[in-house]
Amino acid sequence: MTANWTIDGVKEALAAKKISARELAADFYKRIEARNPELNAFLTLSKERARRQTDKIDALVAGGKPLPPLAGVPVAIKDVISTRGIKTTCGSKILQNYIPPYDATAVERLEAAGAVILGKTNCDEFAMGSSNENSAYGPVKNPLAQDRVPGGSSGGSAAVVAAGLAVASLGTDTGGSIRQPGSFCGVPAMMGSYGRVSRYGLIAFASSLDRIGPLATNVEDVAAILQVIAGRDPHDSTSTTAPVPDYRTELEKPVKRLRLGIPKEYFGEGMDAGVRKKIETGIELFKKLGCQLIDIRMPHTDYAIATYYIIATAEASSNLARYDGVRYGLRVDDDSLLAMYRKTRGAGFGAEVKRRIVLGTYVLSAGYYDAYYLKGQKVRSLIAQDFRDAFAKVDAILTPTSPVPPFKLGERTDDPLQMYLADIYTVTGSLAGVPGISVPCGRIDGKLPAGLQIFGAPFGEARVLQLAHAFERAGGAAV
Amino acid sequence: MKISREDVLRVAELAYLDLSEAELEMYRAQIDEILEYIGKLNELDTTKVEPMAQVLSDDQTADATLREDLIVPCAVAEDVLKHAPDPEPPYFRVPKVIGR
Repeated sequence: MTANWTIDGVKEALAAKKISARELAADFYKRIEARNPELNAFLTLSKERARRQTDKIDALVAGGKPLPPLAGVPVAIKDVISTRGIKTTCGSKILQNYIPPYDATAVERLEAAGAVILGKTNCDEFAMGSSNENSAYGPVKNPLAQDRVPGGSSGGSAAVVAAGLAVASLGTDTGGSIRQPGSFCGVPAMMGSYGRVSRYGLIAFASSLDRIGPLATNVEDVAAILQVIAGRDPHDSTSTTAPVPDYRTELEKPVKRLRLGIPKEYFGEGMDAGVRKKIETGIELFKKLGCQLIDIRMPHTDYAIATYYIIATAEASSNLARYDGVRYGLRVDDDSLLAMYRKTRGAGFGAEVKRRIVLGTYVLSAGYYDAYYLKGQKVRSLIAQDFRDAFAKVDAILTPTSPVPPFKLGERTDDPLQMYLADIYTVTGSLAGVPGISVPCGRIDGKLPAGLQIFGAPFGEARVLQLAHAFERAGGAAV
Repeated sequence: MKISREDVLRVAELAYLDLSEAELEMYRAQIDEILEYIGKLNELDTTKVEPMAQVLSDDQTADATLREDLIVPCAVAEDVLKHAPDPEPPYFRVPKVIGR
């Protein structure tokens, strides 16, 4: 049985009765059991739930009923997204036994569309990290180079797709956490506009930045997953009613004469020479496709990391106040309530999470709020303005996804600031709220993958997907 | 130096976070370096800039103002309490907070 399943491939095989949904899921579990011990990409398998779903799909096939868009498609869900009855740890010890009593809207929609949830994927604790090394359950290995990180924080979700252990997955992106692991594992990975996909059931890290999005083996499948999970949800007041276009129709539209902005600020010092070469070749490919390349300036790019680490940590310190040992998760007992809080949080959170809580509490504290948090909010306005100005001139923006190729496990763990700087090209779009995708853009020296990032205007997902699809079809993954 | 040991202690207290001696010193040094880096924002004059308090513009959230105040069934208490560290249905039990 081939390992290279796509959504359409699954549907055709089911309809032609070449395989049943149950057999397909069993086949994936077999592969997971063979590869996961080395990759550590899945934290929990949800075999019972998968079985219930495959029975439903197989009954549809047997009854000759129409199949829903993701019928029988084996998917994996990042472990910060709530799944009813399935352990959801957020990669943290503080939630090591947490079983959500409800499904995230994105999960509910995937399952309603026929997808089969295989299990939950490893990630940096509470999605805080760029290498997956901040998971309390050990790092994930990059399936393309096992001495290297898969990126983060959605490292498990990227690794399982790259290794053929799921057809697609859901990740979450706060500062680059879908796009950067997509780039590191050589798979397309998309973050829709803020508000495009409901955050209901996504365990919060930084609420003004967090987004759920798909990773898959090709852009068409990314579009198919986004199609299902996008759209207004009454449970999330920040999800919008902006109409969801038919992405797969939009994909086929010609890209000729589209204006693509190349921001000078994303091609400065600090970029690995191998990455630079691949991205420049990738950009040339768009020229061959008939797109018009336009040099643009986004003058506040250099301030994005500083801004991001104020806003994201401030929101995190507030969101993570809920872990108090009372309602769910770990409790470390003490006779005094306040000591119980302190001990529970001290023992339950890992090093990076504590670092961010301390920093976030500091930037919000009396006497520092104006100098840090308010200043950060103002610079965030300037960064968003950079994007508005750019989209007055161009249809999309092309940049590298990451300044460096996948780095070695352990190489950057001692220096948090250096780790933060790995997100330099992705945090800008997170702060501005715009959609972005990372598409595979060749292998450096034939080995490590590079990712090209395409930003679109707010709710311009169709345009982003269309460009990514054209690039992929023109051989972008092999430039 | 942007942040002192006392600052870290004060903040950890605000966040109800137990930190070991080693953590205290490590975070102080690392956060000091991060704050030093964040200081580059002061190169920008933002006196006339509005803070970005929300991501979506008003027309994108117009529908998200107020919903009708309807009662909907929400019978999750049992499920929720089942996973609590120390449940005493219908309550969560915590260490004694009053009467000391």
